[in-house]
Amino acid sequence: MFLSVKGLTKAFGELEVLKDINLDIEEGNILAIIGPSGSGKTTLLRCLNVLEVPNKGEFTFDDGFKVNFDKPMRKKEITELRRKSGMVFQSYNLFPHKTALENVTEGPLIVQKRPKSEVIELAENILNKVGLGDKMNLYPHQLSGGQQQRVGIARALAIKPQLMLFDEPTSALDPELVGEVLKVIKDLANEGWTMAIVTHELKFAEQVSDQVIFMDEGQIVEQGPPEAVLRSPQKERTQQFLKRILNPE
Amino acid sequence: MAKMFQSNILLTISADMGGWELFQNSLWPMIQGGIKYTIPLTLISFVLGLSIALIIAIMRLSNRKYFTFPARAFVSAIRGTPLLVQLSIIFYGLGSIGLTIDPFPSAIIAFSLNVGAYASEIIRASILSIPKGQWEASQTIGMSYSQALRRIILPQATRVSIPPLSNTFISLVKDTSLASLILVTELFRKAQEIAARTYDFMLLYIEAAILYWIICFVLSIIQDRVEARLERHIAR
Repeated sequence: MFLSVKGLTKAFGELEVLKDINLDIEEGNILAIIGPSGSGKTTLLRCLNVLEVPNKGEFTFDDGFKVNFDKPMRKKEITELRRKSGMVFQSYNLFPHKTALENVTEGPLIVQKRPKSEVIELAENILNKVGLGDKMNLYPHQLSGGQQQRVGIARALAIKPQLMLFDEPTSALDPELVGEVLKVIKDLANEGWTMAIVTHELKFAEQVSDQVIFMDEGQIVEQGPPEAVLRSPQKERTQQFLKRILNPE
Repeated sequence: MAKMFQSNILLTISADMGGWELFQNSLWPMIQGGIKYTIPLTLISFVLGLSIALIIAIMRLSNRKYFTFPARAFVSAIRGTPLLVQLSIIFYGLGSIGLTIDPFPSAIIAFSLNVGAYASEIIRASILSIPKGQWEASQTIGMSYSQALRRIILPQATRVSIPPLSNTFISLVKDTSLASLILVTELFRKAQEIAARTYDFMLLYIEAAILYWIICFVLSIIQDRVEARLERHIAR
């Protein structure tokens, strides 16, 4: 078990966005999180690296690191939790004043203070891997959406996280650019990365994931292997959601 | 020409000079006032003012009352009182209770505080204009608040703040003429001194106006260059 989440609760003011979420992520597994907008799936992902601080609950990692959110977090806990995961955003959020290479080296160089020659080699390797070896010195505005998102993935990989988080990584892309980003994620899957992906691409979720979670109104409605949740869902809400996505009228 | 460079140049200017001759003869003393006082006063006050402004802006963006309250009070007090009154308090007021500060440093203090108050609002607004995603991306690669501010947010905020800060800078050039009232012999003070001897107010004050205009014109050309340079790598 890489990470075990227990009793995770998050509210924005009066509005409860996550209600008592329990969840296990196995080492090397890929978790796909699906559900209608406003179901809390993005908030769940953001809680995993404390971009949102949960109100209640507990994370337990396989190395014994444990965070309990019932009391205020210490800075050290936040730092350690963030080190464990890399985040890929829907709108990329690249640093516009830095080149693709500088976007990728920023974390290892400035935060982790690793030696410069080592970091540049690492960043070049990662950018080559995501197919941007020839674009390293371009600025984000000189790249297409798909290329920008691949830089986003490279930036997250460079901090050597144990868990990769993807928040609707292809939702902002033109349809013809979706494939190149999904391919990079599939490559990572084949390398054995542990990942959690919020997505609307059901076919992709089915192909790549080991476990699917369907969320609605801040709760996990159904979870299981992709063929079970996506092909023969047991709960009515899951069935309705899938029907609406597959046959939009 | 040679006599124009004499130090007691004002004595060579007399009331019975012709208009053009007076214009020429008073040009150098005024330019000297500009070079010795107006421009240094502007530059020093602007740099000190920006440093104050950055500190005040960051204090105001804090969510702790003991940072935000003094920052708000400072901005309110400086913006709510006339610059001329502030200059008078620092030079004449403090002088009268035994804390004498020379004219030039007095002016530096007053102008720096002013730039600090006005520019802090510009810097605060430009920091707020940077999308939240930039802070979040910085956090997810492990950056602390100050690392994110220094390396990611401020470089982008700088670009946003150049046009309004240039406004502040150009206003400052002109505001330095108020230092004439606390005896700093800057450009306008020179014009006043010559006018007091020759009674040719119209000519000398228009001459001063032209010199200020030239300084500001050159500055706005520099502003355009800086802006174009910072726009290079920006997504639109």
